[in-house]
Amino acid sequence: MLVPLLSVATAFLAGGLVLGAIGVDPWNALRELVGGSLGSGEGLGFTLYYATDFIFTGLAVSLAFQGGLFNIGADGQAYIGGLGCALVCLHGGALPPWLVIPAGIAAAAAFGAAWATVPAVLQARRGSHIVITTIMFNFLASTLMAYVLVNLLRPTGDMQAESAAFPPAAIVPSLQSVLAAVGIAAPTTPLNLSFVLALACALAVWVFVWRTRTGYEIRTVGQNPQAAVYGGISPARVTVLAMALSGALAGGVAVNEIMGVQGRLLLDFTSGYGFVGIAVALMGRGHPLGVVLASFLFGMLYQGGAELAFDEPKVTRDMIVVVQGLVVFFAGALEGLFRRGLARLFDAGLRPRDTGETSLPPRVAEPGGEIP
Amino acid sequence: MADAVAAAALILASSLRLSVPLIFACLAGLWSERAGIFDIGLEGKMLAAAFAAAAAADASGSAAVGLAAGIAASLAFALAHGFASIDARGNQIVSGAAVNMLAAGLTAAVGNAWYGQGGRTPQLTAPASRFGDIAWPGAEAVRAVPVLGPLYRDLVSGHDVLTYLALAAVPLTAFVLYRTRFGLRLRATGENPAAVDTAGVSVRGIRYAAVLIAGVLCGFAGTYLSVGQAAGFLTGMTAGKGFIALAALVFAKWRPWPALATCFLFGFLDAAAIRLQGTVLPGIGEVPVQAIQALPYLLTVVLLAGFIGRAVPPRAGGIPYTKER
Repeated sequence: MLVPLLSVATAFLAGGLVLGAIGVDPWNALRELVGGSLGSGEGLGFTLYYATDFIFTGLAVSLAFQGGLFNIGADGQAYIGGLGCALVCLHGGALPPWLVIPAGIAAAAAFGAAWATVPAVLQARRGSHIVITTIMFNFLASTLMAYVLVNLLRPTGDMQAESAAFPPAAIVPSLQSVLAAVGIAAPTTPLNLSFVLALACALAVWVFVWRTRTGYEIRTVGQNPQAAVYGGISPARVTVLAMALSGALAGGVAVNEIMGVQGRLLLDFTSGYGFVGIAVALMGRGHPLGVVLASFLFGMLYQGGAELAFDEPKVTRDMIVVVQGLVVFFAGALEGLFRRGLARLFDAGLRPRDTGETSLPPRVAEPGGEIP
Repeated sequence: MADAVAAAALILASSLRLSVPLIFACLAGLWSERAGIFDIGLEGKMLAAAFAAAAAADASGSAAVGLAAGIAASLAFALAHGFASIDARGNQIVSGAAVNMLAAGLTAAVGNAWYGQGGRTPQLTAPASRFGDIAWPGAEAVRAVPVLGPLYRDLVSGHDVLTYLALAAVPLTAFVLYRTRFGLRLRATGENPAAVDTAGVSVRGIRYAAVLIAGVLCGFAGTYLSVGQAAGFLTGMTAGKGFIALAALVFAKWRPWPALATCFLFGFLDAAAIRLQGTVLPGIGEVPVQAIQALPYLLTVVLLAGFIGRAVPPRAGGIPYTKER
């Protein structure tokens, strides 16, 4: 618990130094960041709306982590997931209205899962490196979607590369309208019921990974594939399963953005949220509760950062990407350094022994550390 | 006939120009990965170098100062990646991803704070602040010679110094890697670091050297983008070139000469995509440009899947070396 806190604190300290270097008072920026993201009902709504996307991608990356896989392609999987839900929403006229949204969610998950399954099968059956293939699949997704949007889904005569608007039955209700139905007034924000779906997914991932037989198999393969084979588990099957579920979770971004907010398919609607997922998963130590907390923090960063960029001309939203990179660097790449440093500190007499326990499998936390 | 040759010379010259950053970045990845350090941060290092080079060339009015700044910026990121992967024994993929995010964020944020032009640097207008094209002797004189004339004038002559450096870097890399003691040790470090250690050679030293060489090469790549090819920095101007270079590295199976050929092929695809935009071919209809753009990635995936040959990465790649457990 101490390791992530310490590394994230270091990352934010470094972010403050960058702000200071470009001539912005970091304390003032921090005050504005917190005020902009939590200070009003509207700010909080936007914060939770951003957090929804990050919970989906964070869970996607975490689930793959548990199987010892690095899914760097959540962005592409979410993008293709958008195609799935757009096809259902645009052509689902024959479905009864109450079924359109569930069908759209299922399509987003199925398309995301399919896009993740190809690299997984290539790794499991042909031994190609999943990191390289998922990177390639991100670019393939973006060229494919550009082609589909410009040449196939764009209504004739329309200049913008975007699909036609979805029918009202395909729009996920906003939280504001749901609260209004039970008599609570809430400000207008893009926050919608996808947030509840994201929280449900977090719970489901926890139950699945830590309370089911298949989840146990995934964790075993993540910790030690040789031992898994010895225990009668097929790493190839687990690899494909973990990646498919990971891609399905990434498809949740499409539900929030496409069906919840935009109501149409847009170019690049994922805005790099798949990569935020990497930061969130590392910060949350691959655990669903950690992912939800880290997503909330990143939601604050995005919303507060937007407010800050509005007030302070020297700051742009790119600062968020800087902080994101710092978090990945300190909480991810230098994780072992912090952990070993703390362990040494405790060994020196503060406590009898620090277990240095991490919920990330060693193959991810410290590659090659445990496997000969 | 003469027109066809002239057109071919022009499209080949444009392929060459587009492949220069790929060659530098691909060789950078080759040095790093042959020593056992995965580097998916090529893109980030190029971007940082492009920004620093444009800013320094603008401030000093000298392209050489720009190049030095570009290399320095790229080296700083290379050192961070080296520290995380070698001394901190962290995950090299995570570290590379962090380098990409940091570079993308920092160049845009700092660029906006300094120049207030939405992340761009000022246009480089002074001739000395950019690398100019070098006309070879007699390039104009031979233009009337059929076939060879246009080829000499447009393809051989008329590029900037960085282009020729990129082409020279390939034989140099091949020579050092395969014909020197340092190269042998470096390749051994990527395959079996324990053996290198047993022979009394520092694995840590070799790996740092490899990572720093990669940093220098990415510095050249980024500088070429902002000070050679374009006249200034634009946010995100690498536009995935670092990842194409990574694909080329896999496609070339981590070898220098095939790397040159692959980068030239990918550069040619890029040039063809630009040229074919909107043209209608008989029998096929309008060429989907996205299909050509997707080809490098698609070819790499097919190769990785083992359908055309086998791409086997260096055996110790991605695994931190721990001396004595």
